[in-house]
Amino acid sequence: MTALLEVEGLVKHFVAERSLFGRALAHVKAVDGVSFSLEAGKTLALVGESGCGKSTVSRLVLRLIEPDAGAVRFEGRDLLSLDANALRKFRREAQIIFQDPYASLNPRMTVGQILTEPLALHDLVPPAQRRERVAEILRLVGLEPRLERRYPHEFSGGQRQRIAIARALAVEPKLIICDEPVSALDVSIRSQILNLLRELQDRLGLAYIFVSHDLAVVKHIADHVAVMNLGQIVETAEADALFAAPRHPYSRALLSAIPVPKPRAKRSRIVLQGEIPSALNPPPGCRFHTRCPYVVDRCRSEMPQLVPDGTGHATACHRTSELPSSAAIVPSDGGFSPVLEKLVAAFSGGPEAVRGSGVSSLETDPA
Amino acid sequence: MSASPIIEIKDLRIRFHGDDGRVTHAVDSVDLSVANGATLGLVGESGCGKSVTSLAIMGLLPKQSAEISGAIRFDGFDLLKTSDQTLRDLRGNRLAMIFQEPMTSLNPSFTIGDQIAETILRHRGGSRRSARERAIELLRRVHIPSPERRIDEYPHKLSGGMRQRVMIAMALACDPRLLIADEPTTALDVTLQAQILELMWELKAASGAAIILITHDLGVVAEVCDEVAVMYAGEIVERAPVDELFATPQHPYTVGLLGSIPRLDHRAEQLATIEGMVPNMAQPPAGCRFSARCPFVLDACTKAPPPLVEVSPGHLSRCIRAPLELLVS
Repeated sequence: MTALLEVEGLVKHFVAERSLFGRALAHVKAVDGVSFSLEAGKTLALVGESGCGKSTVSRLVLRLIEPDAGAVRFEGRDLLSLDANALRKFRREAQIIFQDPYASLNPRMTVGQILTEPLALHDLVPPAQRRERVAEILRLVGLEPRLERRYPHEFSGGQRQRIAIARALAVEPKLIICDEPVSALDVSIRSQILNLLRELQDRLGLAYIFVSHDLAVVKHIADHVAVMNLGQIVETAEADALFAAPRHPYSRALLSAIPVPKPRAKRSRIVLQGEIPSALNPPPGCRFHTRCPYVVDRCRSEMPQLVPDGTGHATACHRTSELPSSAAIVPSDGGFSPVLEKLVAAFSGGPEAVRGSGVSSLETDPA
Repeated sequence: MSASPIIEIKDLRIRFHGDDGRVTHAVDSVDLSVANGATLGLVGESGCGKSVTSLAIMGLLPKQSAEISGAIRFDGFDLLKTSDQTLRDLRGNRLAMIFQEPMTSLNPSFTIGDQIAETILRHRGGSRRSARERAIELLRRVHIPSPERRIDEYPHKLSGGMRQRVMIAMALACDPRLLIADEPTTALDVTLQAQILELMWELKAASGAAIILITHDLGVVAEVCDEVAVMYAGEIVERAPVDELFATPQHPYTVGLLGSIPRLDHRAEQLATIEGMVPNMAQPPAGCRFSARCPFVLDACTKAPPPLVEVSPGHLSRCIRAPLELLVS
């Protein structure tokens, strides 16, 4: 089966400083040789600290910014060779949802206008049927069709993110890039959006590139994970394999630091010392060596390559085979107590799951 | 907690009077106390009143629009009745606060050394030189490398994690008895979050200060707190020692919050969700404020506001259906 999306050797350097005559003096190596592939209907998560290049990768994939080198193939077509018309057609296939639902919706357009625009631009639905289609999309993301006349400011953060998702879905894409879609949301709203993304994937066969720094969320939603550090992928694996036993020292540190909702959880947290080096001037050799607890001389001079092990797990570290076992690194939440487990199930099951609950006359206004 | 409380809040109520004459009930009958050297987690979602409560403790709410009643006893003072002069003497001294956004809480036009020294000079006096030495030593305590050089830098030169360390150094400058940390790690990456949490742990062990940690992250709470208070729509709906809160929560809202966290050990197809919306606090509902979103709701819940009752020693819940385990056994 050929992959939906293939990315090869993607490079993007931004100019950070220019001379008086416009010659580039310094570059930020935001993305430096990133390759991955994604199958239809699957989720790839890009994780890493701020400034590691994960958001830049997501924009390069859509050609919202132009790469300096590398190739992006969508269903076998080379995106970088597309002209403006073909590129617009491609945008029907791939959409993006941003982190901040307050900033990504035009405040002067009603929800109906926001959702009709993509239908009109791509001429997907005859004008007479557009209202009906908008209503359908709104229902798909769990909003009532009557809300189409409202403006974005009339909605809560979670509802706005639903509208952003609806806008992305309007063109029936095959790929949606989710750039930190839940980081700005409260815990209970976050779970609604995560459930919605999951459900839409099952129903519509969508593929996601999920950019996030919240690793518990990533564990929940991703099939594959690529861990990025300073513009490069340092480890990529199936989510279950990575969370069971991360290999790269950087992935180990990231995963060991996840806070878990269990007092006195077993953990062996690796606290990285030192600062994240600047992407303006990344260290020679392995870019993680300044913070790596396992650093040896070789790491300071020679850049490690991403080496696959044959099971779909690839690591870019000279010392992969020598490092201690990482089986106990990811903190264990040990599961909830049996009482809590039952309570959560009852909570999700609604009134009928609990003996003697329910009210006869309660005014509720579901969002 | 057996130790004597360093801070005691009694029946705190905060109302905001808007320009349009609307009155918002931001905080209602909040009782809290934190023992010397203990860490209390104050948990809840946006708008639940947790930050407003902390601003009331610090005396930072606008006097024109905020109407505050109740009592906040700290170190022999009632903070709601003391003069502005006394408050200024306490703030940054025995009472310190760290905010979420370290960039906006540092002054961009002064070096970090000046900003830390200002606190020391204001409260401890002494010479500029000794204040500077103390500032260097504080930066060293929060693990800032080469503090002698860093002290003369401006905030924009520092990374987010560094700035938060500077904020912590400043808060610790006069050995506070109570430190309020409002989402201190929310703006930081997970690796930096680990560093900052570790640092707060270390400093607490060394100084014996009590901490009120305001957060929406129950993972962070599980890690660092001794006791937890969960707030919803301006009220405390549950208070318990941390182990008990995570083992046998006694308020449906807490159950919903815990169920909505993606977990590492267990891949649930669906996360729990809390349906509906937070009530409009200009007209709080007559009964339980959570009733419209609660799957365990009864007719009685919508009639009268439920009291905060002790379900087991030290474990309080504002739910008439507690103990909740009876609902599922």
